[in-house]
Parts: sequence; C-alpha cells; structure tokens
Amino acid sequence: MKKNEMKSRSIRPIMEIQHLHLRFGGLEALKDANLDILEGEILAIIGPNGAGKTSLLNCISGFYLPYRGSIIFRDKDLTRLPSHRIAKMGVGRTFQNIELYTGLTALENLMAARHIHMKRGAVACGIFFGPARREEIEHREAVEDVIDLLDMQSIRKRVVGSLPYGLRKRVDLARALCMDPHLLLLDEPMAGMNVEEKEDMARFILDIYELRRTTIVLVEHDMDLVMDIADRVVVLEFGLKIAEGSPDEIRNDPQVIRAYLGGKG
Amino acid sequence: MRASGIFDKTYQKDIAIVRSWQHWMLLLGTIAFLFTIPLFASYYFINLLSNIFVTVIVVLGLQIVTGYAGQISFGQPAFMAVGAFCSAVLTLKFGFSFWLALPLSGIAAGVVGIIGGAPSLRIKGFYLAMATIAIFYVTMWVITHLKITGLAQGLSPPPPKIGNFVFDTDERMYYIIMIATLILTFFARNLVRSRMGRIFVAIRDNDLAAEVMGINLYYYKLLAFFISCFYAGIAGSLLGHWYMLVNAEQFTLLHALTYIGMIIIGGLGSIPGAYFGVIFLKLLDELMLFSSPFLVDMFPWLGMGSAASLSLMAFGLVLILFLIYEPRGLARRWEIFKTSYRLYPFRYGEQ
Repeated sequence: MKKNEMKSRSIRPIMEIQHLHLRFGGLEALKDANLDILEGEILAIIGPNGAGKTSLLNCISGFYLPYRGSIIFRDKDLTRLPSHRIAKMGVGRTFQNIELYTGLTALENLMAARHIHMKRGAVACGIFFGPARREEIEHREAVEDVIDLLDMQSIRKRVVGSLPYGLRKRVDLARALCMDPHLLLLDEPMAGMNVEEKEDMARFILDIYELRRTTIVLVEHDMDLVMDIADRVVVLEFGLKIAEGSPDEIRNDPQVIRAYLGGKG
Repeated sequence: MRASGIFDKTYQKDIAIVRSWQHWMLLLGTIAFLFTIPLFASYYFINLLSNIFVTVIVVLGLQIVTGYAGQISFGQPAFMAVGAFCSAVLTLKFGFSFWLALPLSGIAAGVVGIIGGAPSLRIKGFYLAMATIAIFYVTMWVITHLKITGLAQGLSPPPPKIGNFVFDTDERMYYIIMIATLILTFFARNLVRSRMGRIFVAIRDNDLAAEVMGINLYYYKLLAFFISCFYAGIAGSLLGHWYMLVNAEQFTLLHALTYIGMIIIGGLGSIPGAYFGVIFLKLLDELMLFSSPFLVDMFPWLGMGSAASLSLMAFGLVLILFLIYEPRGLARRWEIFKTSYRLYPFRYGEQ
C-alpha cells in the first residue's frame, strides 16, 4: 500500500533529537535522549509512567528548556526558541489533559489555530469588510476540510467547554491539525476513552496519516493499539531510551518486557 | 436575531452580523433615530446620552482587554486622563486642530497603555489588578505635577470646530460623540469576531495552549492593552472638549471600579454587553439621583447629603446581585432570548 511506498522514500529525518538532558532539581527526566523522527512515519513513544515521554514532547514544543542537547527540525535548531515560534515552523501538538479555549465554539477553536497562517493585522480586522473577510472565508474552507475529516459537523457551533470528554479530545486533535503541521505530536490521544472511542481515534489518526502525509509522533499507553498503527516504536524508561524498532522487534525485546512486566525478563 | 428555519448557505453569510433586510432596517432605523434625537429630545436627555456614549467608548476598550483578552485593568481612567490632557495640551499649547488631536491622544494613551500593560507579561489575575492600580496612581501623579498639564487646576480645551462652525453646544457635541461611538463600536465588534478576537479569547481561556498554537503572548497582550487604551484616550479627549475642562478630579479610581462593574453587569466578553452595562448603571445612577430626596424623606435616618452615596450603595447591591444570580451578565440573557427566538415555535433544536 501507500504506507510501504512512503516508508521506502522516507529515510530523511524530519527531526533529530540529540543528547537531550532535562533535569528538574535532582530528578533527571531525560538522560541523553537520542531520537530521529523520520519524514512520513508514525512513531510511537511508549514507556511506564514517569518515563519522560511527555517531558520529551514538552521539550520539543518549547515548554521545557533542556540543559544540554539539541533538537533539529527541518535543518533548523529549535531548542531555545519560544513555543509560538516552534508552532509557526510547523510543529502541532495535542495535550494529555485537553487544553482547549473553553469559551469558544469548536469552529472558533479551529479557526484560532489557523492564526499562524493568517496575516491581516488589527486594523484590517477592525474594518473587516475586504481583506480580513476574504482571509476569514479562505481559512474557513481549510477548517471545514478538517471538520469533515474528523466528522465534527454536528458540534461545529457548540461551545467546547460543554462538550463531553471524547469530543473534546477530538476538537483538540482537529485544532492541532488545523495548523497544517509538518510534524504532529499527539500526547496520549486515547487516554481515558472506551474501546469504541479508541477505535474511532485510531481510525482518525490513520486517516490523517494517509490523506495528509503528516509525520506523527504518538505517546500512548495502550500497547495493542500502538503496535497496530505505529511504523516504529521507541521505548523510554527513567529518561533513557531502552529500545527502538518495529512493533514486532519491540514486542520481543527482553529489556522492554522487563520494564513493563518487571523481573529479569 | 434570526427567525426559525433560516439557514446560511455560504460562509460569508454565516459570519455576517447583519443578515437580512429586517436587520438592515433595524440598524438604519436606529442610526437615523440617533441622528434625529436632538430635534425633539430635551437638553437633559441629550446630555445623558452623550455621557452614556463616552462611557461606552471607555467600556468597549475595557471589554477588549479584560472581557476578551482576560487582562484585568484598573488603569482605564488614567489612560482616559492621558488622552484628555494630551488633546488639551495639543490644542491649547501647540495649536493643533481637534480633529488631529483626537486620534493623536488615542495613540498617546495607547502608548502609555503599552507601558502600563507591560506587567501583564509576567503576572496575571489579582496581581495584575494591583499593578494596574499602581499604574493608575503613578500616571495621575505625573499629570497633576506637570506644569504643561496645568498642575492641579487642569486645563480648558477649546471646543472643536470646522471652518467657522463651532461645536460649542451640547447638541453639537452630541453628534461628534455619537459618531465616534458608532465607528468605534463597528471596529470593536469586527475585531472580536475576526482573528484578533479569537486570539484574545485564546489568551484568556488558556494561555499555555495559545502559545503552543503559535500565538505570541507578549505581542498580543500588549496589542490588547494598546487598543483598549486607545479607546480610553479617545473617550478622554471627547470628554475634555465637551466639558471644555479637564482636571484630575474627573478620573478617579472609583471610575475604574464602575467600569469593571459595567462589564460584569453587561457581560464579560461581549460587545453588546458593554452597552447593556453602561446603560444599566447610568440609568440606575439617574434613578437614584431622582429618588434620593424621596428616600431621604421616607427614611430620615439616612441623613442629608446621602444622594451621592445612595447611588454608590445601589451600585454595590446590584453588582452583588449580578455576581450571585447572573455572573455572565445581561449579555447572556440577551443570548438566551435570541436563541429561544430562533427556535420558536419549536422546543428543541441545534444551532
């Protein structure tokens, strides 16, 4: 299928994470993390609680400043850039604990994410008729594509604060997608969902992958699901990368089995 | 206000505010009414309206920075004062025309506002409120201690004029104030429904996510302060040229509290809410002013000279009642009314 075709082409890494160290006081959240994210793959990052998965994502999106190491994204160093600049370079992300703009409708949340592609200033926005309205409609079309893709037509005008959990997760994903990112970071997109919702979400992720060719990094706990949809899996434990490879390799890796099941493995 | 069963077929229609010919009629009718008021209304009523409009301008500004961008500001009267004094100094000492001094005073207030809003980059909520109060006092101190702003006596700016036509009566001034209010309302309403408004709400609701979504918090917070203070500056300038007097007494911390009260009563994060809040509190003020002699008659223990404090007490009471029973203000009532009108005669419905 398409997927295999792409895999053969995608040797170039879209992001290189080199020797990343992150420390909170005495706790080393990341110890010398090295990781290449290849263009056009679904990479899953797994690991037990506190392994540093979310810390790694937070370093990439600029929340945390690593004290050593670098993150190269499409040949540019973004280690020390502020979050909003990183977003503009094409890194979109979702959050573990859904961080939406609760007072806006689903549609407005998505339109707000198009901000990085909009150019009109405050004066044009205040006058509205003319350039600002044209821009608004242009981006509305892009947003409607995402709405169709994620099947959100019926909640378009609902205020997101009042939506149920599963739908809010979906708005969060849609918002990240509306940024048209080159790299999409998903922080536990299926946490707290039931089986059906998880399957929907997995379907959406695969749809996004196939239709938009977005490189996806997925942090997730559900092993079965990860093994099904990921091209490659990286396992972290206590801030260290202990394994990396295809889902099959990971499944049989003695160190991974030890980390997850305990004992000698 | 849309009747049931009317749907939008284009995105352009979907984001429109004025949707149908009925809306156009209503809008044009209202504007025509505002223009013809001085022909039949009393002197008192025109003054009240001008007063309401000037306050609406200030509160619109506050609505943008506090209601939308979520940065609480008690400095609004100080920025008004900056606008008022700037305009007075420009016309009196430098011979500028009012029409040039008006936008300049808005920009001057905006620039001061950027300095005043700078603490918002580091602190929020309660601490920001304290910082803006400090900024209020510093600004007012500077204004009352500069020779160019007339020290404590203040200044008497001249009325605006076009050619030989001087806007020296309340009716004439009413037109300038009303037109300025209409333009600024148009601007504010468009601002909040476009990209800028969404950015401001994003900062208010979730600044963390906003930054990850590519919003430069520093820039947009300061932009919100600039716009808000621009509004305050314009209002201050209009007020000065209308009263032909500016002094520090006109801009007190009590005003700042009233403005915050107005956006709470009107509804945070709503442009009509600014109007609702201002009109509600101004009418309450008038009501208390008229009824205070009777109230004092009825309850002698209130004592003489309690008229002013009665309206303050009423303000406090109303604010408490709103915070308890409708914390989202009159604007929410208005939304509920619109939705039910839209659904009528059906009982359920979506969108």
